[in-house]
Amino acid sequence: MGQQALNGVFVGSIYALFAVGYTLVFGVLDILNLAHAAVFTLAAFIALALVDAHLPLWLALPLAVAAAGLIGIVLERLAFRPLRGRADSNISGLISSLAMATVFEAIALQIFGPDISRFPQGTFPDRMIRIGGASASLLQLCIVGTSVVLMAVLTLLLARTRLGRQIRAVAESPRAARILGVNVDRAIAMAFFLSSALGGAAGVLFGLAFNSISPDVGRSVELKGLAVIILGGMGSVPGAVVAGFALGLIEVFTVAHLGSSFRDAVSFAVLFLVLIARPRGLFGRAAAREA
Amino acid sequence: MTDLFLAYESLFAFVGINGLLALSVYATLCCGQLSLANAGFMAIGAYTGALITLRAPGVPFIAALAASALAPALIAVPLGLPVLRLRGVFLAIATVGFGEVVRLFFVNWDYTNGALGLVAIPQRTHLWTIALALALALYVLGRLRGSRTGYALEAIREDETAARTMGIYTTGHKLAMLVLGAALAGLAGGLEAHHTFMVAPGGFAFGRVVDMLVQAVVGGTAAFYGPVVGAAFLTVLPEVLREAGARLGLAPGPFRLFLNGAILLAVILYLPNGLVSLPARFRRRARGMA
Repeated sequence: MGQQALNGVFVGSIYALFAVGYTLVFGVLDILNLAHAAVFTLAAFIALALVDAHLPLWLALPLAVAAAGLIGIVLERLAFRPLRGRADSNISGLISSLAMATVFEAIALQIFGPDISRFPQGTFPDRMIRIGGASASLLQLCIVGTSVVLMAVLTLLLARTRLGRQIRAVAESPRAARILGVNVDRAIAMAFFLSSALGGAAGVLFGLAFNSISPDVGRSVELKGLAVIILGGMGSVPGAVVAGFALGLIEVFTVAHLGSSFRDAVSFAVLFLVLIARPRGLFGRAAAREA
Repeated sequence: MTDLFLAYESLFAFVGINGLLALSVYATLCCGQLSLANAGFMAIGAYTGALITLRAPGVPFIAALAASALAPALIAVPLGLPVLRLRGVFLAIATVGFGEVVRLFFVNWDYTNGALGLVAIPQRTHLWTIALALALALYVLGRLRGSRTGYALEAIREDETAARTMGIYTTGHKLAMLVLGAALAGLAGGLEAHHTFMVAPGGFAFGRVVDMLVQAVVGGTAAFYGPVVGAAFLTVLPEVLREAGARLGLAPGPFRLFLNGAILLAVILYLPNGLVSLPARFRRRARGMA
């Protein structure tokens, strides 16, 4: 029981980290960025390439995360900014983010090939630690720790800093924010930087945790990320954190009690039920009527 | 000419099947609903048709195809009733979820060999079968244009609330188009199963419905024949450019993906009404010069 809870928290921390960035962009732009999973994949590959180039992990990780953030800025510039102000921008934005996801996947496939790549042996010290009756590897604990710290930093940044206030103002109303002197384009670009950096961090941690990275590694997380942000409430950062851990726990207990073939099905069941019964999720604001 | 035709018969077959699939996405898109359940509908159609042909060899092919179209259409009704209340990205997400549930169902179903799928399905699909199915689909969707129903669908696309206020039965129209799209996707699945000899859940993953959407959008969703143009363009282009890609040292898989993504991005940014709006645009420009 304790062991399963621990595993659930571990998987959940990666889901939460991935989903926080996903939901941040949705909160600001009302657009689902379907290229988020592709950034996740690219960041994992970048970290792998850096480690293969004999950089220490403590350096490779932040570099890959920063690279992911920059990819996010490029993504916003190419696929989202040109569409701003168009009437159907939330559907066309979704489609253009799909286009970028396809391009990113093609790049990963061309450079790294379709096979599974792995971090070299001994990238991270292999040590087990016992907590109460359960045991976890040092790597797992570090991953949970890193995700929690990153999510805390994001929450503080959004709540306390000038940039955070600007991003929240744009999320509320881009027009009002502009009147108040916020540089809307810059705030949106920064939201993309943060979102993609966190998505990239989730990718690197996922790659380290399961030590298998392939160009389609983002696919499974992409759909689970959707379940998480729906459950948490679209656009709600605290909702995504809670829902991420919840989904991790639900998954682990489903595998334990119903068998592993139900692991993926359960996240879609959650997604479906929430959409039908309570579309605003756990923490979302009541959806305003679209005129 | 006949030689050329024979050499590329398989390519033409895929143009037709992809055309049907793009039309299936267009069916809901033309009333403003982005539904991404079609890979799931296609899977249901493909498995239904293949199971009938394999387990009941006496049944004529046309009946198997009819079942391929009917089974997903029947499932679309109970799916659509709750799900079509959702709008925009929420509908897209819910239908993506449905598509994945269908795929996982077939992965875990022993009767259809799980992830391996069904093999050695007799090849019954001919090029003319596909052409006939495509012509039928185009006829149905073309007839909607300018009809009472067609105007109702356009009204729903432009403003659902206003359409409802004007007395248009929005739920019924949206559901009808979802069912039609499901039938088209199922039909395409049945045709493909009897063309490629096999059905496996891997072929109906999220990427498949993305392909359909890309083709529909690239061709253009303002005209009913746009999706077919897009499907033909995106199916043939990688074959034509394969040589050029190989010379650049690009493997065919990533090259096709890259082309798809880059073309989709270019179209959505610079040509929002798709390839079929190109002639009108050229005409306008020519007139402007004169």
